[in-house]
Amino acid sequence: MAAVNHHSPLDPDVIRRDFPIFERDFGGRRLAYLDSAATALKPRAVIEAVDAYNSRYSANVHRGIYTIGEEATAAYEGAREKVARFLGAPDSREIIFVRNATEAINLVAYAWGRRNIGRADTILLTELEHHANLVPWQLLAQEKDADLEFVPFDAEGHLIMDSWEVLLRTRPRLVAFTHKSNGLGTLLPARQMVQQAHDVGALVLVDGAQAVPHLPVDVADIGADFYVFSGHKVLGPTGSGALWARAEILEAMPPFMSGGEMISSVHLRHTTFNDIPHKFEAGTPDVAAAIGLGAAVDYLSAIGMERVAEHEEALTAYALEMLPREVPGIRIHGPRTAAERAGIVTFTLPEAHPHDIATLLDREAVAIRAGHHCTQPLHERLALPATGRASFSVYSGRDDIDRLAAGLRGVQRIFGGPA
Amino acid sequence: MDDLYRDEILEHYRQPHNFGTLDAPDAVYEGNNPLCGDRITMMLSVGADGTVHDVAFSGRGCAISQASASLLTDEVKGRPLSDVEALTNQDILDLLGIDISPARLKCALLSLDTLHHALRDRAAASAARAGDQARAGDQAGAGDQAAGAPA
Repeated sequence: MAAVNHHSPLDPDVIRRDFPIFERDFGGRRLAYLDSAATALKPRAVIEAVDAYNSRYSANVHRGIYTIGEEATAAYEGAREKVARFLGAPDSREIIFVRNATEAINLVAYAWGRRNIGRADTILLTELEHHANLVPWQLLAQEKDADLEFVPFDAEGHLIMDSWEVLLRTRPRLVAFTHKSNGLGTLLPARQMVQQAHDVGALVLVDGAQAVPHLPVDVADIGADFYVFSGHKVLGPTGSGALWARAEILEAMPPFMSGGEMISSVHLRHTTFNDIPHKFEAGTPDVAAAIGLGAAVDYLSAIGMERVAEHEEALTAYALEMLPREVPGIRIHGPRTAAERAGIVTFTLPEAHPHDIATLLDREAVAIRAGHHCTQPLHERLALPATGRASFSVYSGRDDIDRLAAGLRGVQRIFGGPA
Repeated sequence: MDDLYRDEILEHYRQPHNFGTLDAPDAVYEGNNPLCGDRITMMLSVGADGTVHDVAFSGRGCAISQASASLLTDEVKGRPLSDVEALTNQDILDLLGIDISPARLKCALLSLDTLHHALRDRAAASAARAGDQARAGDQAGAGDQAAGAPA
């Protein structure tokens, strides 16, 4: 792994040496990957951890009374401990491995929601939410005849806190919000919002999919009841992710998926369930992905999430300052300052649709996201059918943003905008 | 030289042909790609001879979706309906004359999809009218001669 100096800013050139994808030639160029919000690139340490499992000890977990079975179990449960520490969770039994944040939220909606949400109960969400933290609650509300309420956001992408406080008076059973908006980059005041929600008797689920990869997260400090994230966005393999929830809540919940592994004793007509976390991990898990996630957590911990946050804030500040200067007419949506929105820059050009922009940038080996980023309601509120989104990670640098600017000027030339 | 965004495509995007609406269209449909926000409304006037007398489209979206609509409207003007109904996805791609990646295919095909929907709706509506007239005729024939012949 690249040398790490805990006191210096990240050097993307050095970090990129850890990521084999940057060795690939894209028409004579290195990939300028600006879609880490969709998924992150993978460091060698993660790839090798997955390979090692598959090559040297690819046994099932929790069962084999032979060497590689025990090695697999140790690595899998070891990854669980790593994730717990990474999130500041007091107890690793509170970490449930899932495929992604979407699955984690569905688990809560299904296992907790069906038991605890009833007719005329209110679920309070925001208009910023990713579809993963919206659709499961819609389905639950329809099924249970419950109500959904939404905290709106202002022209700069901040939650309107007055509305938030008014809506809390509906005494929702559950409050669910994104820690950091994947659409606009807005950082929500999670700790404060959790406190306020608890004050009116609500349980709180926080969607950390965009937060965990980019800033230090301490679930104990935030105080939520459920916290979810996707491992593949934290430099881990696709198929990795976790739900953290308080042990007492998990213990009271009925299972999500059922079958093997999550049971204690099984008879023909009744079954007792396993303790947490295993109660919520039915069947053979994605062992390789979990082990890879453990390696990703190690990699990021060695860098230090404070440094990652500083790095991304600096990059965001650079982008917010230079893009309007270099790309005349560009509109950047969301919070004005980097401190309020680290890591994500969502924009539109007057002369070209984001799809066309993305296609042309691809010619320059610059990868951005174009569309609505799984936030159709947010885009409807902005009255924008689609936007372009550039998002950063540890391997992103000013040179990537420079290439984005140059690419955007090229788009403007082709579409006949300002020279 | 850009193949996808060559001058002709950009021209059709900037100054689309047949852009606007028709006052009393015989066929109309609004198609959209919710995934990217492309939206196209197609309107057609059909003559007694079964050909497309006039066509217009309105909408918004990416260059490929709008250029495809513009080219398509040029293509169908004056053509018999049977020809228009027989147009295929490949025909659209040939009109655009470019390689479309799978991710952008829906953008290119939205206009034809919308056009075909408009024609289908029109056919369904006239079949429904014919059915209503036939039923009214049966009733008038079976009962008293009060109302006279069906319209």
